Amino acid sequence: MLQVSKMERIIFGDNQFFGVNHSSDEKARAQSIKFKDNQSIINVLNIAIDEGINTFMCTTHDRIAEICQIIRADERYAGFKIYPCMPYAHKYANAVTELGILGSIKQYLPGNIFSTFAKGGMAFVKKDFISMMELMIDAEMKMFKGILTPIVFLQNVVTDLILGLGMTEFLVAFHNYIREKYQAEAGFITMNLPLLLDTLTKEGITNPIICASINKIGFRMSGGIEAYEKVIKEKRCRLIAMQVLAAGAIPPKEAFEYVARMKGVDSILFGASSKANIKSSKELIEFYTDKELI
Amino acid sequence: MIRTGIIGLGKMGMSHCAILGAHHKVNLVSVCDSSTLIINAFKKYTNYECFTDYKKMIDTMNLEAIIIASPTKFHDEMVSYALKNRIHIFCEKPFSIDPKKGRILSNEAIQLNLVNQVGYHNRFIGTFNEVKRLLSLKVLGQLYHFSAESYGPVVLKEKGRTWRSDRSEGGGCLYDYASHTIDLINYILGKPVGVSGTQLKLIFSRDVEDAVYSNLNLESGLSGQLSVNWSDETYRKMSTQISVLGKKGKIIADATEIKIFLSENNNNLGLSKGWTIKDITSLTPNVNFYLRGEEYSSQIDYFIENILTKRIDNKSSFKDAIETDEIIQLLLKDATSK
Repeated sequence: MLQVSKMERIIFGDNQFFGVNHSSDEKARAQSIKFKDNQSIINVLNIAIDEGINTFMCTTHDRIAEICQIIRADERYAGFKIYPCMPYAHKYANAVTELGILGSIKQYLPGNIFSTFAKGGMAFVKKDFISMMELMIDAEMKMFKGILTPIVFLQNVVTDLILGLGMTEFLVAFHNYIREKYQAEAGFITMNLPLLLDTLTKEGITNPIICASINKIGFRMSGGIEAYEKVIKEKRCRLIAMQVLAAGAIPPKEAFEYVARMKGVDSILFGASSKANIKSSKELIEFYTDKELI
Repeated sequence: MIRTGIIGLGKMGMSHCAILGAHHKVNLVSVCDSSTLIINAFKKYTNYECFTDYKKMIDTMNLEAIIIASPTKFHDEMVSYALKNRIHIFCEKPFSIDPKKGRILSNEAIQLNLVNQVGYHNRFIGTFNEVKRLLSLKVLGQLYHFSAESYGPVVLKEKGRTWRSDRSEGGGCLYDYASHTIDLINYILGKPVGVSGTQLKLIFSRDVEDAVYSNLNLESGLSGQLSVNWSDETYRKMSTQISVLGKKGKIIADATEIKIFLSENNNNLGLSKGWTIKDITSLTPNVNFYLRGEEYSSQIDYFIENILTKRIDNKSSFKDAIETDEIIQLLLKDATSK
């Protein structure tokens, strides 16, 4: 059965845990030092849970596998939901620089590539790229076994790469495979919302789940803020707003007011490390949310 | 719509392909790669004409523009063939393993009035352009030192052999990573003319350096240091930083942020004494299609715009790139002379 669950209004992100900061490499490094231990990540997740946030959206980073072990083993996380975002692209990108594309496929496909494709070996790989993608999804999903994952996302660098290359069959295949194999819904992270939504619609994927940068100053809203606002109003997708603070360029009150009041934005994703920031961000979103909208 | 083709569908070629595919002013018509695996994927899932022989693609596709993103050792012959066919060229970095040949190609492109650009994308990053602007306004007074650094986690284990692990094919940290850093020095501070004390360190690789450390002297008389290491796993991805020190203060910039310290107020520029921090959100204009960073789209937009407006005095030209290729040769010579 497909786990169709309504997305919660507030979703907790993971960038702060893994040294991702879009406005400062230095802050990013400081964060990666702060969250060196898994327990320090769990402590922040516990604060979010205590504040009533029960969905964690995270990259399939190696460290997340360790966090999943802790979550699986503890009953208090029984209702806790994770939205996996795959793949952790830098792992592959750095491998491609060193090993080339074929070398990276060999390194990251589960097991030995020749035994994986025992029936046809490389000939099989050459013919069936969709099956290869499915094997990679399975490899990334292993770490979430036994955890609620009602939505599985494709990371923006891959969504947008496929989008630009015009290989939309892969987006459709991802959408279908996540439904069939994991009884979950597929989601797409993108920096190109208008183009992606039109492309998915043309492929017959109606009301898709999309996570995109949405903020008052138009940061990483490709094609411009007006094009985004127009598409969002049309309510053709279930939309998660990310990069709401525009890498810290907009003060929180102003930032959350803009997205929380926006008709067509279903959920808001944010990451924070301290209890005070988590609490105040949640309060701001709830304060500005028009109850009739959701 | 500019009729465009791509040679080489590795990491950069694939990225360019997606950006061009989504570009309103580009008609991407053909792709070429020697790997049948990759070409079969493009045949199956795209509508582009697919080739494994670049000459055949150029001969038959009537291209106006071409992206060359093949391994570096092939750049010379491919650029030369594209020039013979009067095609505007965007070539990946580094430009040429042999700067003498590179210079001939650069002159040819200029004579033929063809747009010629090399993929040094740092030249399209808002923070670095702001450093260049501030320095041109002498905000730091007389400069006395710089430090340019790039670090990233590419080679972290003793394994793997591709063209990137063979220097004769343009592999190694010096060609692949340090070229960006040297180009950035050239772009922001001026042309390097001499090197000394160069150390090329093998950390995990057997045949090429994983780190480059050296002292650089610029044409202007300014000197400073280069420090590049692609075996540093404390970085999530490639990170380039430039620090410039002058009598009136200091600037530290990376792709995301610029930090300016001034010992006195600069009223003309509205910069106060002490630290001023500016970040990417205020320095980077939006692009129409975003893939891995605004700069990758911006450099392609710029290339296409130059073709449309027939401008060949490019801000990242073959000529600029050859200066980096020449410094690479000097660094290699300096490191082996000891």
